[in-house]
Amino acid sequence: MITGVRSRGTRLRSTVFGYANLVPFVFFALFPFYFMLITSFKSNAELYSLKSVPLWIQSGVITDHYRYLFARTEFLTWIGNSLIISVAATGISLVISLLAGYSLARLRFPGVGSFGTAVFITYLVPPTLLFLPLSQVVVWLGIADTIWALIVTYPTFLVPFSTWLLMGYFRTIPREIEECALVDGASRMQTLLRIALPMAIPGIVCVVLFGFTLTWNEFIYALTFISQSTNKTAIVGVTADLIRGDIYYWGSLMAGAVLASVPVVACYVFFLDYYVSGLTAGAVKG
Amino acid sequence: MAIGSRALQAAAVGVPSRFARVREWWEQEHVFGYGLILPAFVLIACLVAYPFGMAIYFSLSDYWVGSPGSFVGFGNFLEIVRNEVFRQAVWNSFVFTAIALTCKAVLGVWLALLLARNLRGKRLLRGAVLLPWVIPTALSTLGWGWMFDSLYSVVNWTGIRLGLMTAPGPNWLGMSTYAMAAVITVNVWRGLPFFAITVLAGLVSIPREYYEAAEVDGASSFARFWHVTLPLLKPVLAVVILFSTIFTFNDFNIVYVLTRGGPVNTTHLFATLAYQVGLQGGNLGQGAAISLFMLPMLGMVVFFQLRYIRRE
Repeated sequence: MITGVRSRGTRLRSTVFGYANLVPFVFFALFPFYFMLITSFKSNAELYSLKSVPLWIQSGVITDHYRYLFARTEFLTWIGNSLIISVAATGISLVISLLAGYSLARLRFPGVGSFGTAVFITYLVPPTLLFLPLSQVVVWLGIADTIWALIVTYPTFLVPFSTWLLMGYFRTIPREIEECALVDGASRMQTLLRIALPMAIPGIVCVVLFGFTLTWNEFIYALTFISQSTNKTAIVGVTADLIRGDIYYWGSLMAGAVLASVPVVACYVFFLDYYVSGLTAGAVKG
Repeated sequence: MAIGSRALQAAAVGVPSRFARVREWWEQEHVFGYGLILPAFVLIACLVAYPFGMAIYFSLSDYWVGSPGSFVGFGNFLEIVRNEVFRQAVWNSFVFTAIALTCKAVLGVWLALLLARNLRGKRLLRGAVLLPWVIPTALSTLGWGWMFDSLYSVVNWTGIRLGLMTAPGPNWLGMSTYAMAAVITVNVWRGLPFFAITVLAGLVSIPREYYEAAEVDGASSFARFWHVTLPLLKPVLAVVILFSTIFTFNDFNIVYVLTRGGPVNTTHLFATLAYQVGLQGGNLGQGAAISLFMLPMLGMVVFFQLRYIRRE
């Protein structure tokens, strides 16, 4: 093997080169989070002093900003809203896209190809193109300014993505297994639920994780459709309601930003590999 | 005989067999297939296709929040094209997309090459690098806003201490060129993981034999990258770049949170301007015209992407 021919010194140099070049990237990726975290624990006196060193905490860790968040703002309500919206929208989207994904990947009927293309095109339509008309649609549906406005509209970007992802998983299941089940007298729905579904579980986990992350992080619809503070999501609550006029309370803003990121980061830490496979599936599996 | 068979038929139409017939109908492949895509079809028709049609109607009428307008043809489009702020936003969008995309592509390939090395702690490194993509963009952008603060910017503090800037350093969000640099930086920061991780997946799928063959032929590491890696990465790169073009071009969160389009509209993109005109200003007709203006570009991207994927 060629690698065996290489001397030990070359390999060591290559390893050092690899780490040395990764350091700036890791620093660039992580520094903003570190800075947000330490800001949320600094006293206002230290935050707004030109003499202090901003890179670490000098005058002691304080939790005032977090306490302010719970005592003086609707923060817990926002977190609750976000949880309900994310779970509901993800659940609805999962059911719809499981059915559609199976149908498009597995069954043969006229128009299946063009519907697949339509799903793909919808996947590429950015929310920024639709938020204006949708803001009127939710008014007509009588759900404007409620969390229902988001539960109903979030599937518009989740379903195309999830269907596309699940189609990839359904395609990998051998057709013969399903045909056996059908010959044995199982109905089509039974075949879908008992044979195909269990084999697509990695895909389902992926859809649930991405659904939760994308809905939790969504910003433009949540900002546009909801104005009443008690119905806001965590993201919009923190970015919009913690800023009074032109005054930025950086301590509590950063505390809110850190806490509102916790659910997503927790999912991410436990299911890193699913995120990687879901992220690459769209582009690599095509 | 005729009566006999009719009696049989009548018996078959009885209550239990009606269920059987429905079942038989439902078990047909095409009926079942259409049945399963029906919910997705209804959703896409009602909440994507219909609003899209509405956007077109809005753009052709003088529709304001609360007052259904009348048809005005291309009036809105003519008006926005004449508008200085809109022309500035078009220019901004192209500058923003071109620079951010170039940075993401170059740095992303470089980062993917580094991550593909067999280093210890590979998984941890990937996890760290992907983090900016997972955290809510609006919130991390808020953090960047504090880092670019006009008085207490940590970027300037560090730059001055390292001798890279003269005190007090640039006013990042208050001056047009710096503000554009700031929003591009945040976009690159947030979009780089997507590039790196996807390209990495493409890199892993390249057979090792190619590199070994190139090495035997005495190719330098740069030559190996240029003549082996890059050509084989092309399909993945094409897809990632097209995806990223769409989502960079339509960025809203970063600009809205960081600069609100300012200073003096120099960082407005299509989406933020459409939001300001259509919702904050209430002029839905013009807002829709602004967001539809990016459609020809989007259409082109989708066209090329679909053609490419079909060819694969």
